[in-house]
Amino acid sequence: MTIEPLTPTLMNGEPLSIIAADGSIGAHDSGLTDEELLHCYRTMLRVRAFDATCMKLQRSGRIGFSVPNEGIEACQVGAASTLRKSDWMFPSYRDFGMALYHGIKPVDMLHNMAGTAEDSNRGRQMPAHFSFLEPIRFVTISSPIGTHLPHAVGAAYAARYRGEDTVALVSFGDGGTSSSGFHSGLNFAGVLEAPVVFLCQNNGWAISCPSHEQTASESYAAKAIAYGMPGVIVDGNDLLAVRQAVGEAVTRARGGGGPTLVEAKTYRLGGHSTSDDPSKYVPEDELAAARERDPIAIFERYLTASGLWSEELAATMREEATQEVVAAARIVENTPPPALETVFSEVYAEIPAHLREQGRQTFELAKRRGDAAAGTGEFPL
Amino acid sequence: MANITLLQAVNEGLRSEMQADPSVLVLGEDVGRKGGVFLATEGLRDTFGANRCFDTPLSEDGIVGTAVGMAMNGLKPVAEIQFQDFIYPAFDQVVSEAAKMRYRSGGQYTAPMVIRTPYGGGIRGGLYHSQSAEAYFCHTPGLKVVIPSTPYDAKGLLIASIRDPDPVLFMEPKALYRSVKGEVPEESYTVPLSTTRSARDGGDVTIFCYGAMVPLCVRAADTAAEDAGIECNVIDLRTLLPLDEEAVLDAARRTGRVVIVHEAPRFCGLGGELSALIAEHAIEYMEAPIKRVTGFDTPFPYTLEYHYMPDERRILDAVEFVARF
Repeated sequence: MTIEPLTPTLMNGEPLSIIAADGSIGAHDSGLTDEELLHCYRTMLRVRAFDATCMKLQRSGRIGFSVPNEGIEACQVGAASTLRKSDWMFPSYRDFGMALYHGIKPVDMLHNMAGTAEDSNRGRQMPAHFSFLEPIRFVTISSPIGTHLPHAVGAAYAARYRGEDTVALVSFGDGGTSSSGFHSGLNFAGVLEAPVVFLCQNNGWAISCPSHEQTASESYAAKAIAYGMPGVIVDGNDLLAVRQAVGEAVTRARGGGGPTLVEAKTYRLGGHSTSDDPSKYVPEDELAAARERDPIAIFERYLTASGLWSEELAATMREEATQEVVAAARIVENTPPPALETVFSEVYAEIPAHLREQGRQTFELAKRRGDAAAGTGEFPL
Repeated sequence: MANITLLQAVNEGLRSEMQADPSVLVLGEDVGRKGGVFLATEGLRDTFGANRCFDTPLSEDGIVGTAVGMAMNGLKPVAEIQFQDFIYPAFDQVVSEAAKMRYRSGGQYTAPMVIRTPYGGGIRGGLYHSQSAEAYFCHTPGLKVVIPSTPYDAKGLLIASIRDPDPVLFMEPKALYRSVKGEVPEESYTVPLSTTRSARDGGDVTIFCYGAMVPLCVRAADTAAEDAGIECNVIDLRTLLPLDEEAVLDAARRTGRVVIVHEAPRFCGLGGELSALIAEHAIEYMEAPIKRVTGFDTPFPYTLEYHYMPDERRILDAVEFVARF
C-alpha cells in the first residue's frame, strides 16, 4: 500500500486534520477497506480494554506497574496501519496499540506486564517494556528516553545496505525530543538518508513537565528543518490524519527519499504511569477539554458518517475486547515466574565461567537455606 | 609472516574481516577519507567503498547508537571512538543498550558489534587524550572488554571480537601503535577471547598487566632478574571481561607473590578486582601483600605524565617489596 502525498510540509501552524466535526472527510481516501477501518477501531477499543484491565491488576497488586495509553490510541493505530510486517517498529513504552494492530496477542503482552515464565523478556524487564519479533518486529524497549532513535537509523541503514525496502518507524514523546538520542538520531538519519520515520507523539506531558516547557521551539516538527528533513504536524487524535502523515513519510522513506519527522499532537488522558498522580499538575479544565477530543469518539463519528458504526457493534466489540483481556489475565495469573537460571542466562551468547559459578552458588544456597523471599512486587514511586 | 606494527595489525584485522564478510563495516569520525587519526582504517574506504567505511557526524552516542541498530539488523559494525576519553557521551548506548540488548529481549534482539578505541597515556595527550577507562566498562554485564598488547594478538583478538556474538569494547594501547612490532601471519586467524598469555616466565613473582603496561612490565622483570635475581611471571590478561579467573588464580598460586600494574586510576580499578579475586580464592597461597602499581586517583596530567604513568622504577619497587616480604 502506498499513500499519495497530500500534505505540504507543515512545520508550524494548524495541524493536519482529516475527520471534520461531523465525521465527514470530504474527498479524502484513506486507502483502507471497511474491514480495515473496523480493525483500526477494534484495535483502539482493545487498547482501552487492555489498559483498564492492567489498571485493575495493578491496583489489586497482581502486577507492579502499568502505563496508561488512554487518549493516544489514534496515534498508535494510525501510525501502525502504514507499516508492513517486514518493517521495524522501535516503540516507546506507551505504544500498546502499535503492537495490538499488528497481531501481537494481549496474552503475550500481559505475560510481560506480570513478568511470568512465558514473558518474551523472561521477566527481566518492568511491565510495558515489551519485545516481540513476530508477527512484526516490535523492538525491545528500554527505560532511558530517546536511546532508540539512533537504533532505528542503524537498522534502517542495514536494510538499505542489503537493498531491502524496509522502513523503521521510531516512536517517542515530546520529552524524548530533548534527549541526546533525538539529536544524534535525526542528525545521523539526515546525513545517511536513512529510511526512518520519526514519530513524536506530543501528548502534552513528560511525566509532569508540560510540553511548552520542554522546548522554546514553536513546534517539535520545526526541529526537522535543522536536520534537513521534512517536518509535519498532525492532529494525533485523528486516526486518518496520523495515517496520512505517517503514511506519506513511510512512502518517502521506502522510495529512497530519506527520513521525516512527524509531530502528532495528542493528549495523555491518564497519568504517566500507575505510580503517578496527574491531578497534582494537570489543570482540570485542560483535561476536560482534552476529553472532549477523545480519539475513539472522533473515529466513531467518522465511522458513523460512513455508515459503518452502530451502538450495538461498538458494545459487541467492547465486550469482546474485555473478554479477550480478562481471559488472557486468567492465563497469566496461572503462569509461574521464570526459572532462577534465567537470571544468569542470555547475558552473553554463552554463559561465561564467572556467571556459571554465581548461578551455581545461588542454587546451592537455595538448597541449603531456601529460596529468596519474593517481596511485595510494588514499584515504590 | 610479516614484521608489522600493532597499528598495521589492527588495519589488517579489519581488512581481513571486511574481505571475508560483507556484513562487516566500519564507521566513526574521520575513519573514511583520512583513514582515522592514527590511520588504523587507512585504505579501507578505497577498497570497500563509502557505504562500508564511512565518516560520521561528530557524535559518539550517534556512532554507537547507530551501530547498535545496524547490529540488531544483521550487520557487524566496527565503530571507532577516536579517543577513549571521548566515549562518555556514548556510555548510555554501550551500557544501557548494546550490553543489555540480548538479556532484556530474551535473546530476540542482539547487538554483536565492536567498538574500537585507542586508550592510554604516555603520548603527551593530557587529560583528554590519555585516559584508560576500562574499569567503567568492566562493571557492565553483557559487554566484553579486550585489550591487545602485541601485533599478533591485535589482529587475532580483533578478528575474534568481530566474529563474537556479543558486543566488544576493543581498547587499543595507542602508546604501542607504532612502538611495537612483531611477526603477524598474513592469513586470517583468531586469538580466543577470555584467555591470558604469559609474556615472560618466572617463578618468584607474578605480575598481572595488560595493554601498554605489558612491554613495560617485561622490561622491569628483566631488570629485576639481572639486578636482584628475582624471576617474574608476567601475565598479559588480554581480555578483562569476561576474565579468565582460573588462569589468574593459577598464576597467583604459583608464586604466592603478586603485583598488579595498570595505568588507570587505582580506586575501583582492575587491580582491586584482581586482588579481591585472589583474596577470596587463594589467600592461603599468598606469601606477601598484593601490591598495585597504577595511575594516581587524579585526572591525567599533561606535563608531568611521566610521574603519573607506572614506570620501571615503581614496578621494580613493588616487585622487590613482595619478593622480599
